Amino acid sequence: MSEQTLESGAHVAGSSGDALLVVDDVTLRFGGVVALNEVAFEIRRGEILGLIGPNGAGKTTCFNVMTGVYTPTSGEIRFDGDRVSGVKPHRINAMGIARTFQNIRLFPEMTAMENVMVGADARHKTSVMGTLFRLYRVKAKEHELPDNPLKRSLAKVFGISRHTLEERAGRQKSMEMLRFVGIADRAHELARNLPYGYQRRLEIARALATEPKLLCLDEPAAGFNPAEKADLMNLIRKIRDKGQTVLLIEHDMKLVMGVTDRLVVLEFGQKIAEGLPEEVARNPKVIAAYLGEPDDAAQA
Amino acid sequence: MDFNALFGDLGGHTLDGLTKGSVYALVALGYTMVYGVLRLINFAHSEVFMVGTWTVLGVYTVLGADDTSGMGMVIFATLAALVAAVVASASVALAVERIAYKPLRKKNAPPLIFLITAIGCSLVLVEIFGHVLRFFFGPPFGRAPVNVPSPIQTVVLLDVGGVRITNVQVFIVVGAILMMVALDQFVNKSRLGRGVRAVAQDADTAALMGVNQDRVIMLVFVLGGAMAGVAALLYTIAFDLTKFDIGFIIGIKAFTAAVLGGIGNLRGALVGGLLLGIVEVYASTVFNSSWADVTAFIVLVLVLMFKPTGLLGESLGKARA
Repeated sequence: MSEQTLESGAHVAGSSGDALLVVDDVTLRFGGVVALNEVAFEIRRGEILGLIGPNGAGKTTCFNVMTGVYTPTSGEIRFDGDRVSGVKPHRINAMGIARTFQNIRLFPEMTAMENVMVGADARHKTSVMGTLFRLYRVKAKEHELPDNPLKRSLAKVFGISRHTLEERAGRQKSMEMLRFVGIADRAHELARNLPYGYQRRLEIARALATEPKLLCLDEPAAGFNPAEKADLMNLIRKIRDKGQTVLLIEHDMKLVMGVTDRLVVLEFGQKIAEGLPEEVARNPKVIAAYLGEPDDAAQA
Repeated sequence: MDFNALFGDLGGHTLDGLTKGSVYALVALGYTMVYGVLRLINFAHSEVFMVGTWTVLGVYTVLGADDTSGMGMVIFATLAALVAAVVASASVALAVERIAYKPLRKKNAPPLIFLITAIGCSLVLVEIFGHVLRFFFGPPFGRAPVNVPSPIQTVVLLDVGGVRITNVQVFIVVGAILMMVALDQFVNKSRLGRGVRAVAQDADTAALMGVNQDRVIMLVFVLGGAMAGVAALLYTIAFDLTKFDIGFIIGIKAFTAAVLGGIGNLRGALVGGLLLGIVEVYASTVFNSSWADVTAFIVLVLVLMFKPTGLLGESLGKARA
């Protein structure tokens, strides 16, 4: 016990105690390969935390452990006080963690709108039977009644099924999300036909639709030009201002330095630094591992 | 070769083909939906259909419905048989998934293991009806074909230029198409359907977006089973019989229909089923009835040679045919 206290005391020095997600000495082995070696850090409520490191440092692996794709060999992840390790992916989503992917993984044969609605559906309550038979009726409010006169009088007598109301609410919410990320103009096109920048932002909209407390973005700016990157930085700040916590994996140093509150640096599956962006940029270990020549670091 | 026989009553033969094809198409949906989500050919699905036909027989026997029944009894018995067959088939489909496939999925078994398991389930179900139930209850269970009484009397509704359309044909074709449209709408428009398509397109991502994969899998087995139950009722109305291994040849035909239309594609199952039914009836008219199966598979081979993904292409995710 004393060992544990010492350890955690060491790495959470200066912690506000308001941790949303705690990565507690997580080790992950694939056979003989150690992908993550006793990685420990925390994400505080309401912050934008950057997770950086050279290629193959274990950033995406760390992500995958946090979203339940892999179960750690030892150590654990706690989200809002609950263990994440070993919980099924869709339950982790329900706990309040959503993510995007380094290589875009939309549902290509669905429209942008439908993609977001899959996310929104995660928060719906109607059961399988309720959807099939629509027996759970709710008394309809005036503005919820359909326009068609026959359907209108039926709805007045029998009420509206909860499925219909939730479906409508989900549609509205999804449209809001599309507007929020700025791609509402092509809501009804198939995801695979959307331009690259739209697809990236659609992934963010879909993740936001699940109403996460923590949004994890895996290299959201990959392939963006400077103007698009600036837009994305604004979007990430807007997400944080809505009260959501953001974890950002990113290669682009300018973007990371400009938008994050704190940084965690990984190298070869180990944490080598943690702190404010300016501190980390001055850390000689980080400069050696990641930023290359000191001149470059100063510029970043 | 007797082309006169075919062209002499082309309309009538086409109608027969559509009737047969409707049953194939409904059974094909079960193969196609499970394949779309799990990439698994569920060979036990043919026995899901077989159980449905026995359920229909059971309901008729219990209610005492036969060709002498009055109108009220006919309607009641048919509806009761429909509900019972749907429930029985869906339950068997779900039981196969829970008992046989789910434990394999938990252990990440390779695809071949699933395939062998599917064949095993099929054999077990066949032998339950061909042997086990006979041992306990005697006939009608066993290996002999059993007559299913048909409360619905065949009546010619319309005579369009010599083509006689019967009530049974209309009932079957319209019934099958209605079920198909309902299923298509469900998959394309409802929340659960969206979940099914999401899992079919990218299962891991869907799970991370909060889709309960297990529930989606149960749903496709139940829906596929329910369609097989409807098919079982329609089949017994048209052909008045069942048998312990009746699922075998229907299952193979339905599987062929699914592949023909593009496995994983709901509308493909409809197109494939109807086409297969028509081709079979034409071939058995031009040559003789023993050529029905041969021709069906020749068509399959030809289509796959030139369009290996089937007529409408694979993909449950891509429900827009």
